[in-house]
This record gives sequence, structure tokens and C-alpha cells, in this order.
Amino acid sequence: MMMMVNGALRVDLKLIAEMIEPGARVLDVGCGEGALLDWLGRHRDVDGRGIELSMAGVSAAVAHGLSVIQGDADTDLKDYPSGAFDYVILSQTLQATHEPRRVLENMLRIGRRAIVSFPNFGHWRVRAHLLFRGTMPVTDTLAYQWYDTPNIHFCTIRDFLDLCRDLAVRVDKSIALDRDGRVVPLPRVAGIANLFADQALFVLSRDPAGGE
Amino acid sequence: MSAAEPISSLPAAAADLRVTLGHDRPIRLDCGIELNHVTVAYSTYGRLNADRSNAILICHALTGDHHVADPHPITGKPGWWSPLVGPGRLFDTDRYFVICSNVLGGCMGTTGPAEINPATGKPWGLSFPVITIGDMVEVQARLIDHFGIAQLFCVVGGSMGGMQVLEWAHAHPERVFAAIPIATAARHSAQNIAFNEVGRQAIMADPDWCEGDYHSHDTRPKRGLAVARMAAHITYLSEPALHQKFGRNLQNRDEITYGFDADFQVESYLRHQGSTFVDRFDANSYLYITRAMDYFDLAGENGGVLANAFRGTPSRFCVISFTSDWLFPTPESRAVVHALNAVAASVSFVEIRSDKGHDAFLLDEPEFHATLAGFLDAAAAHRGLPPSPARRIER
Repeated sequence: MMMMVNGALRVDLKLIAEMIEPGARVLDVGCGEGALLDWLGRHRDVDGRGIELSMAGVSAAVAHGLSVIQGDADTDLKDYPSGAFDYVILSQTLQATHEPRRVLENMLRIGRRAIVSFPNFGHWRVRAHLLFRGTMPVTDTLAYQWYDTPNIHFCTIRDFLDLCRDLAVRVDKSIALDRDGRVVPLPRVAGIANLFADQALFVLSRDPAGGE
Repeated sequence: MSAAEPISSLPAAAADLRVTLGHDRPIRLDCGIELNHVTVAYSTYGRLNADRSNAILICHALTGDHHVADPHPITGKPGWWSPLVGPGRLFDTDRYFVICSNVLGGCMGTTGPAEINPATGKPWGLSFPVITIGDMVEVQARLIDHFGIAQLFCVVGGSMGGMQVLEWAHAHPERVFAAIPIATAARHSAQNIAFNEVGRQAIMADPDWCEGDYHSHDTRPKRGLAVARMAAHITYLSEPALHQKFGRNLQNRDEITYGFDADFQVESYLRHQGSTFVDRFDANSYLYITRAMDYFDLAGENGGVLANAFRGTPSRFCVISFTSDWLFPTPESRAVVHALNAVAASVSFVEIRSDKGHDAFLLDEPEFHATLAGFLDAAAAHRGLPPSPARRIER
């Protein structure tokens, strides 16, 4: 079981966890067996909620005492009232949603802030793979063949920032990660990050003024 | 029988008790009729703690009763949820005070059409008022008053029991700390009303039904009630479950008989289900209780918006459905979950993989039980109840 009672959390989840202030209202979309929610409950006094697609993940999370429902980001975000959460988290799941744009809109409607992480399809290894081998890239972070991948909407960091601009979403924080989810210190230039970050993590909020 | 005033001492385990409610404050039914003499048959297990915070109300299904963990007085079979209720079990009677009462309209001791109408000295029969799930819950609430319990730690039930759980959460949100509606719906579907109507028509087509007055004719509509049970029983199973259990196997014979005997095992099984059911259930009760289920529509009662039924709810919910349940299929549970999400309630929802159909909630389904246990433990921790001994060792 991946639930780690003694507090060890996947590196990228730890990064997210540490952004959450005590007592915050949190919705973790695609929460798996609930490792992040469990950690937040123990260390941040967060009575969080989760949504998970896999039956096994939901069962494990609920059996562990977490408030998790079986559902997915595409169909189950629309029911929540606006502003119901302080943070809505979507970790490594955006690329697997049917309508990423609507998912993002809903996240920022129901949450004060959204925390989104995804594999960066603009990484040089991905580009090189396509350029030199001419086949769909299969890497450590993107470990599926094209015909059996759940990841149907890949994007690069630049694509994602363009979407944020379209949606008038403010980027409060952007972090480049290596393939293990560790922070990589890269210059704050989107083009550089887009080339060298395996994964990216963004903290977003609604911006009535529009754009960054 | 005891009086209706709240009891001052802490009640302890006792099977098959009776209490009469409504003397001081008549129970007003949804149909407008008031009852001031409602007998409730109930069983309790475990012991109520000093601050009366550890009570779990188990709500039974259509043909269930309050013998949840003690042997049935007529069939002699173990209680219908006895593997789950007892010392060290899922509903741990070393930790919780478990209550289960026979529903209003039932036929195992609670006031219903088979009981004597105190005003006439004769069985109520069809003069019994038509009742609702809301009325059942109101009577349960009076029973909980009787125990001096302000808030139930948990209300749990499957099928019609799950309807009562939802009604509790709607009508008495502050009295429900945790709610577990299982294999149920917030409204009875057209298909389910249709099935119920087949059952009722089978009963009413039996000449021994005597327009509902069979008690005074010293008979009972056994054939009609048996057919009603047979039809309903099919809806509790699933195609794969029936296939696995019986296939096209023949019953005590090597060849088909070119007749209408029970050639097939599945026929023999259904006939047995029908004939044993009539020994323990009253036909008029079946009419009344199925009607109560038909009338249940929490959204309809709340302006057509189910979320309105739960607005501001402080309760923690755990909604559970089963993949092969076609009587209360998962979308019914999902509708409840969506309504609860819409009011930002604390809700867990698990669809359990099972091929056992609707009856899965009564059977040994480890994943279902693990879900229940996890939710209960977490709710108990939030309620400030001491952790279970097993849990203490694990931590």
C-alpha cells in the first residue's frame, strides 16, 4: 500500500503539501490512495476532500478514513459551489483529462487557488526523441506507448502559460521539476524551463484584471 | 412496555423490546393523520456511554426487521447483519451502542396494519394510514428521544434502510454525526415503482387477501405474497449471480418434464424463497412499506433540487453502491454524491465491485466492510470517541 503512515511523501507531493497553510480547505483531484490528503490531515489539520477515478484507489483512501469520492475531473468538478475550497490540486492528471481547459476553469471557480503539475512535453529529450527517432516519445515521466496511454492531452510549459493567459489566470508560482519531482533551479525564463524541466508545477489564482 | 419519557439510566443490550410512543405528543404522519399510540419493537446491542455520544442507528430494508444481530424469532436464523454487529466486529458493541427498530408499518411488533388498532380492538388492515419514509424516521426519532440521545453518532442502512438514512440527514441534520446510505436512492425510480406494483397486484389478486381483511376471515394471501416475493427477489440478485448459482441446472431430475413443475433449480429456489417468506411477513405490511418507498422523493420535496435537501448539513457521509446492483444502480448513489458536493458536504463515495447484485450489502464483501470500517473509525476519531483496540495497536 502506498499510504505512508510515517510521513514519507512522494517528492512532488511534499512540495505541494508544504504550500498548504494549516486548516485550509483542500480538494485533491486524482488523489490516488490519498497520500497527500493523509499527510495534510496529520500535519496541517486539513480535513481535505479527494476525487479519484480508480476503484482501488478510492477504496483504499476511504478505508483509511479519508473523504474521497469516486469520480473524475471532467465530470465531477461542476457540482461544487464556487469558492468551496482554498486549494484545488491536480497533480500529474491534467494531461489525462478530456477537457483540460474546462477542468482548469472549474478548479479556479471552486477554489481560491489551483495547484497544477504536469509532465512537460517541451523537454529537450521529448523533442529529440521525436526529431531523431520519429516515434512518439516514451520516457520515464511519460512511460506509455501511444496506443495505451491514458495521457490524451499533452502540453508544454509554453502551451500551458498560453492557456492561463487565455483564461485570465494569474500565475502565482511556477516551479520546474526533474523527473523525480525534485525542484531544478532554472533561470526564470519560460523558454529555458520549457526545454529543461521534466515536469512543471504551477500555483494559479483567478485574476479579475486579466493575464500576467 | 415502558413509558415514553426519556429514560434516565443508560440503556444496555437487550433484544426484542417494546416501547409505546406518542402519548404525550401525537406523531403526525405525512398524510395528516395523528397517532398517539405507536408501539415500537427494537433491539439494542452494546452500552450507551455516559455522554450518550456513541449510538449507532441501523435502519433495516423492506423485509428486514430489528433482529439485526439476534436470532429471528420465527425462522431461527441469525440476525440479518449479525456478522457485522457484535463485540470486536465492524459495528463494535464494545465501543458503540447499536439500536435497530422495526419500521412503522412493519409486522414484527411495531405498529402496522397487522397490529391491533387500540380504537377498535381489531387489526388495522387497510384502515391503517398510508405511511412514508419520513413517518418511519419520525418514529425512530421519538425512539432516540426516549433514549435521551441528542445526536446519533451514525445512522446506517441499505436499500430502504438507506432511504431512511438520507431522510434522517435531511430532517434531523443536527442529530446525525455520520450517515452511511448504502445501495439506495434519494427517490424511487419508475422501474422500482413498477416492480413494487407487480408485487402489490400479486397480493391483491389473491382471493385470500379479502380486500385486505384476511385477518377476520382467518386466512392469509400466501400465494399472492409468495409471488410478490419471488418477483422482488429476482431484483435483489444479478444475472451473473443467478447464472453462477443455478445456470440452467435441473432440479432433482435428469431431463425436462414437459410440464410446469419446477424443472429448473432457479424455479425451485424462487418458490422456496416465496413460501418461506409468507411465514414471516404480513401481506398488508408489504403493501404499505412498498408504497412508502414509492413515495420517497427527497428532491421532489425540496423544489426538485436534491442539493436543497442537504443544504448546510454538518453530517459526514459515506455513500456506497455495488457494480451489479440494478435495483439501486450506481447513478442513483452518484446523484446523492453530486447533491452533497453541491453543498460542499463531507462525503466519501465508493462503488464496490461485486457480482452479487443489490443483496451484496447483506453479504460477505471484504472491500465493502473495509470501507465501512475505515469511514467509521475516522468518524469516531472526529467525534472524539476512543479508538478501537485493534487501531490502537496499529498506530
